[in-house]
Order: sequence, then structure tokens, then C-alpha cells
Amino acid sequence: MSEVAIKNMTLNVGPQHPATHGVLRLVLEMDGEIVERADPHIGLLHRGTEKLIEYKTYLQAVPYFDRLDYVAPMSQEHAFALAVEKLLGIEVPERGQYIRVLFCEISRILNHILNLTTYALDVGAMTPLLWGFEQREILMEFYERVSGARLHAAYFRPGGVHQDMPTGLAEDIAAFIESFPKFIDDMETLLTDNRIFKQRTVDIGIISVDEANSWGLTGPVLRASGAAWDLRKAQPYEVYDRLDFDIPIGKTGDCYARYLVRVVEMRESLKIMAQCLAQIPEGPVSSRDHKIAPPSRAELKQSMEALIHHFKLYTEGYHVPAGETYTAVEAPKGEFGVYLVADGTNKPYRCKIRAPGFAFLQALDKLTRGHMLADIPAVIGSLDIVFGEIDR
Amino acid sequence: MNQALNDLGESIASALPQAVLGMEQICDELIVTARAGAVVEVLTHLRDDTGCQFKVLVDLCGVDYPERERRFEVVYNLLSLRHNQRIRVKIQIGEDVLVPTVTGVFRGAGWYEREAWDLYGIPFADNPDLRRLLTDYGFEGHPLRKDFPLTGRVEVRYDETQKRVVYDPVKLTQEFRNFDFLSPWEGMNHVLPGDEKAEADGDEAGG
Repeated sequence: MSEVAIKNMTLNVGPQHPATHGVLRLVLEMDGEIVERADPHIGLLHRGTEKLIEYKTYLQAVPYFDRLDYVAPMSQEHAFALAVEKLLGIEVPERGQYIRVLFCEISRILNHILNLTTYALDVGAMTPLLWGFEQREILMEFYERVSGARLHAAYFRPGGVHQDMPTGLAEDIAAFIESFPKFIDDMETLLTDNRIFKQRTVDIGIISVDEANSWGLTGPVLRASGAAWDLRKAQPYEVYDRLDFDIPIGKTGDCYARYLVRVVEMRESLKIMAQCLAQIPEGPVSSRDHKIAPPSRAELKQSMEALIHHFKLYTEGYHVPAGETYTAVEAPKGEFGVYLVADGTNKPYRCKIRAPGFAFLQALDKLTRGHMLADIPAVIGSLDIVFGEIDR
Repeated sequence: MNQALNDLGESIASALPQAVLGMEQICDELIVTARAGAVVEVLTHLRDDTGCQFKVLVDLCGVDYPERERRFEVVYNLLSLRHNQRIRVKIQIGEDVLVPTVTGVFRGAGWYEREAWDLYGIPFADNPDLRRLLTDYGFEGHPLRKDFPLTGRVEVRYDETQKRVVYDPVKLTQEFRNFDFLSPWEGMNHVLPGDEKAEADGDEAGG
């Protein structure tokens, strides 16, 4: 038989495909089963968040941050709230800071449950997803009880959090901290030593620390490569410097290491939450400066001044002094930053959102080149990408 | 003012006297203004110098100031894991002026530059793949410019007769509202005729 010249094939994946975790269109250049080049086309979920924020007051901009990474909404609000507070130069009361940390860690667990279980689903294990979503539902109930909304909470606002935790919530979170390790153990028995799972993830999509730095990767993906870098430790914000927790790192930098890092991070988050509940003081949850944070409903009935403050806050908003800041938090996916330019009016002049997933997806080409087509869902799943924050 | 950041800024300015135009600190963050043509040199120095080691380009974005002579600012946010420090490098450029790409310094800069090109129309010279990133295929205009309307210029709908999605000019059912909240008492800059005398008198009395 004479030799046949084989041409590279261009394969289009998505934008509607379950393994792409949203609306990712991937154009793959294939040599048989081998990926020669991966070209992600993004922007199918672009809503112009940054442009919209320029036309909204600082308080009205908060809900847009829920809609970025809708898997862990409060972490995004946190970055924006910290940025505005930095420009305003105001302090959040201690109780407010503890509640923020508590709910940041709840967000982290929310995110990691979704990522790990759907990732397992992508590579062939269905049960973790069913078990995990039961646990996520409990966490989203905590969200609902504290803010009134399961997903789009708008709870962390510049100055503090919107309202105090209702009675009984702390006890229920404590009960969750007791019960949740059982789920992690169960999930690990299904996945960690599972032969199929390891065959799909070990030595797939390896990246070294230097390459990860050059590509701008952060969060669990960077830690899985072996860099002990976590903003909660390195540049502590809120009360993280008073809490005792460890930063898990991986050694191999492959998909499996990223899975392991996230599993341990969930256990660390539980440690942080337990400490928050033990240490949380009584007191106000939001700044007492009523030029920034609204007065209580009770005060509105009594005080003319409170009424004026309330009216001004919800119509005009507050004016933020001119300046600029880049403020970042360790969101569950990595470094989530807000570059905020204020010009002295009641609206941001520019609000650039730095999403961790954006850098991850850019590195997809580097991570998948030379791998098989079936490894692409494994790599995408291990990177933990959500299109709300990538497309903005 | 943070002394460590101040020292860092001084050392950068002395190492690159031609390239660095100025430095300042806002909210305890160091901002270095560089000459647009020398941005590759500055970022390479920041990455490789032992005192800097800013190995991560965290973010790159454009900012639009239409009233300035050189209307765009390109902002590079860098992070040093070694020294646990951040720095911001800024350059100012006019419209349709090429900015040297930094993809040779940081691999991850490619998409950020594509985004800046897409949203602001800042062209980056020698970027290997300067296509639009976030907007629609065939989109016209650069939406994050201040002179681009918030509502956009076109809207899409599915046309039943042509059996495809078509673009129409935007039709607003309600007029676009943009409230002016600048208080005339707080934002007043111009001096009413005659007021300058009162000011001068006050100074003399106080001084």
C-alpha cells in the first residue's frame, strides 16, 4: 500500500459542549489524536461589566461582582469592597472582618466542591457530583440565610457586610464543619486512589513554577507546581494573619496535583471557619460612618439625619477621593484583583477586573500541546475555569 | 509613604535613567511612569534584577483619558513572589501609536494585549496574535473608550425570513439616562467675579 499524506485536521469544540464548563469555543489543530495547537475563542459570555461599572455608583457596582465567578460570588465582592475601602481609607469593624473571612472560606468550599466533582464527571466519575451538590446546597442555604440570596448575594459591601448573621446560623455552620469532613473522605475514597481517575490525570498538563509565573498563573494551579504562594499568608487582609492554617502545595504540577491541592484546601478552609466561629467578637458588622454605610432601619424611624444619610446613599452614593489602587484577594481560583481608578466622583473612572481564569485559559495551549484529544477535558477541568469571570 | 517602596523606586530610576519618567506612591503602592518606547527594557529589568524579581505580570490594561493630549494609559501590574512586592508601571500613548509588545518578557501578556487592543484600540507592535478577544466576530469599534456609548451601536435579533441572526442599529425604548450628581457646591472651580478679593483679604488677615 502506498503512503498517504495525512493533513492536519482542524476541529471545532463548543461553544456548547459539557466538557468546556460553559461557553468556550476551542479550535484545535489535530495531528490524528494529538493536539498540535489549541486556540480558545472566548467572549461568548461578554457582558461589558467593566463598562457598566463606569456608569454605576460604587454601591451599585457590587452586584456585578457576584456575576463574574458565579461559583464563589462573595470572593469577588470582597476584592471590590477592599479596593473601595482602601481608597476611602476606612476600617471594617472586627466582627465584619470575621464574617467576611468566614464566608470567603464558605465560598472556597463551594467553589472546590463544584470544581472537583464536575472535574471527576468529565473524566468519568458521576457519583462525587451527586454527593457534592448535596453539600453545596447546605452552603448555599448559609448564603441565603445571611444575605437573602443563594447565589447573587451582594453581601460584602464597602464598609463591611450588609447585615449581621441571623441567630442560629453560627451553630449550623459549626454543625456543618463537623459533618463535612465525612464528605471529603467519601469523595477521596472514590477518586484519590481510583485507577481510572489517576490514569486520566497523572502526568497530564504539567507546568513548572517558572512557566506558571511567566504565564501569570496563580492560586491552586501555581501551588500544585510547588510554589508556596497564597495571598492570605503573603499579604494578609482582614483577619487572616490571626488564623492558623496551612498552605498545601503539590510537587508534580500535573492535573492530579491540582486535584490534591484543592482537596486539602477544603480541609484547611474548615479549620479557618472553626477558628472564626470561636474568635468572632460581638459588635457592629459595618462601618459606623453613615456617609459610607447605611444606618439601621430602626434609626431611620427616629432620626432625621439617618433618613438623609439613607436617601443620599441610595441615590447619589458616596464620592470616593481621586486615586487608584490594585487590590487583590486569594479567590478560590487564584488571584482575583481589581484595578480601580477613582476621579473623585460617585462613580469609578475605570474598574479593571483581573480574573484568574483568564490567565489559566491562555495557558491552555501550552498545557495541552502534544497531548491527546481526550486529555483536553481533563486539563480544562483541572484549571477550574468559569466563563463569567473570563469574559466579564 | 512606604520607605522600602521608595528605595525600590529610587533604585529603579537610577538603573534606568533614560526610561523612567517619574514615580509616585498612591495608597502605599508604587507607580513608575515609563517612556512608552522603553517599556520592554523597563519590564525586563524589573523581571531580572535581583532586587526586583517581578516575575509575574499579574495584569495589563488600558485606561482612556480623552481630555489628555496622549489619551491612553497602559498599566502593567507586576508581582514579585520573591520579595512579596507589587509595582505598577504606566505608559502614556496617543491614539494609533504602536506600543512595543511585552510578550517576549512575559508569556502571559499576549491575551492581555489582545484585550487592550479589542477594548481600547491600542495597537501592540509585534504581538504574534493581535486579534479581537472579547467582542463579537466582526465587531466594529472599541467599546471601553469613553466616547463609545454604553448602549452600543448595534443589537442582534433572529430574523425569521432570512433564517439567521441579523444586526440592527440600537433602538432604545426609553431614552438613555445619565444623572449628574456633581454638587454645584462641592465641584465649583471657577471663582465668581469679585470673590478673589475676599480670598486675598482673608489671607492677609490670617497671615
